[in-house]
Amino acid sequence: MNNLINFLIRSWFFILFLFLQIGALVLLFSNNSYHSASYFNSANAISGRVYETQSEITDYFTLKSANADLAEENARLRSNLPSAFEITDRKFFVKNDTIFAQKYSYTNAKIINNSTNRRNNYITLNKGSLQGIQPKMGVISPNGIVGVVKDVSPNYATVLSFLHKAVKVSAKIRKNGYFGSLVWEGGNPDFGYLKDIPSYVKLVKGDTIVTTSYSDIFPEDIMVGVVESLDEKPNDSFHNIRVKLSTNFTTLSYVYVIKDVTRSERDSLENKTIKAVEKDDNGN
Amino acid sequence: MGIEIVLNILRFVVLLGLQILVLNQVEISGFLNPYLYVLFILALPIETPRAIVLILAFITGLTMDVFSDTLGIHTTACLWVALLRPAMIKLISPREGFEFYFKPTLGYLGLPKYLLYAGILVFVHHFVLFFLEFFRFDELPRMLLKIVASSVFTLILIFISQQFFSKGKSGQ
Repeated sequence: MNNLINFLIRSWFFILFLFLQIGALVLLFSNNSYHSASYFNSANAISGRVYETQSEITDYFTLKSANADLAEENARLRSNLPSAFEITDRKFFVKNDTIFAQKYSYTNAKIINNSTNRRNNYITLNKGSLQGIQPKMGVISPNGIVGVVKDVSPNYATVLSFLHKAVKVSAKIRKNGYFGSLVWEGGNPDFGYLKDIPSYVKLVKGDTIVTTSYSDIFPEDIMVGVVESLDEKPNDSFHNIRVKLSTNFTTLSYVYVIKDVTRSERDSLENKTIKAVEKDDNGN
Repeated sequence: MGIEIVLNILRFVVLLGLQILVLNQVEISGFLNPYLYVLFILALPIETPRAIVLILAFITGLTMDVFSDTLGIHTTACLWVALLRPAMIKLISPREGFEFYFKPTLGYLGLPKYLLYAGILVFVHHFVLFFLEFFRFDELPRMLLKIVASSVFTLILIFISQQFFSKGKSGQ
């Protein structure tokens, strides 16, 4: 009798464990998709507030590098102002606004939580859906790409950092247009790997890598990094290119979130094509 | 008993605050991610019912997950620590049994027994945690190195913090 009671107590403990463990696994797997369980992340009201307070204090330590980045970017933007140009030949100067429709709009945001030392790193921003941030928007810094928005709450947003195993960025070599996908393989946050470039493509150290127009997240020609070295395996038909990332993830503080104005049109067209093809396949 | 509950709530707040606001932000190396907060589960009184330990572990893990956007990973790791804790306590218990509300601390257990108790549980926690975080086999050597290096680092932090706690206790 005693044994039976002992056994029941023992197994109740194990059943409780299984119950809680299944709960944890459900959370774990639901977290892998966009738009899910958005209360259980650092964008919720409590943790967002905690991180915001913390960042108000620690921001003072990164002010210097943040200022340097912003000043550098100001200089670059200033050089694009009309006043920085001299009109050389008035005859051919045409301006027609109907040709240039706006495709991307940018909003700035402050990073209130960031990490670089884990295998999967996340960033929390101080803006959310009330400020127009939506999931799957791209995030860039003055120097290069940063990541993709994952979840949003009214006032905060979480971002999948590029330093995450689920993030792949379509990138190309600027000088010849060959494209591949850029991934982070863990370890040093300064380096990523560019895959799928055929091995007959000639490359040298210092070649510039930028984003392509294929991705629906980043605009074309956003700086990604430069070729650092080629880690080749014999008989491999693709390069394994080690890329020095232009974004310094360890000192990031201010970023831009990119809204693609034409995204919904592009998405619905692409989905329509995919559906039509699937229908054809099923018919055969 | 009442004071014990207050002490444990205090320990929960201090350890998780320290973990989230300080240790998670410190970047020493990609291989060293200490998770000192697991000390909260290790330091619960030995007489705490196992089911309560499980539920407290679940809450601890979930709190960590919410703050580090790793939903389910810390929760699972903490649940495994709570599952194996009774067996570890049996392993280190003296033949005549413990006094009531005996605490599993360095001061009470002595170095060899405490190292066995904390070492195994910290290793289990870090193993489950990093296994779920990596979740791919082509990075196995990196993962194992990270598990071992971080476990050792966490243990060092646990020993340092135990020195602080036990100083106050030994006078009683």
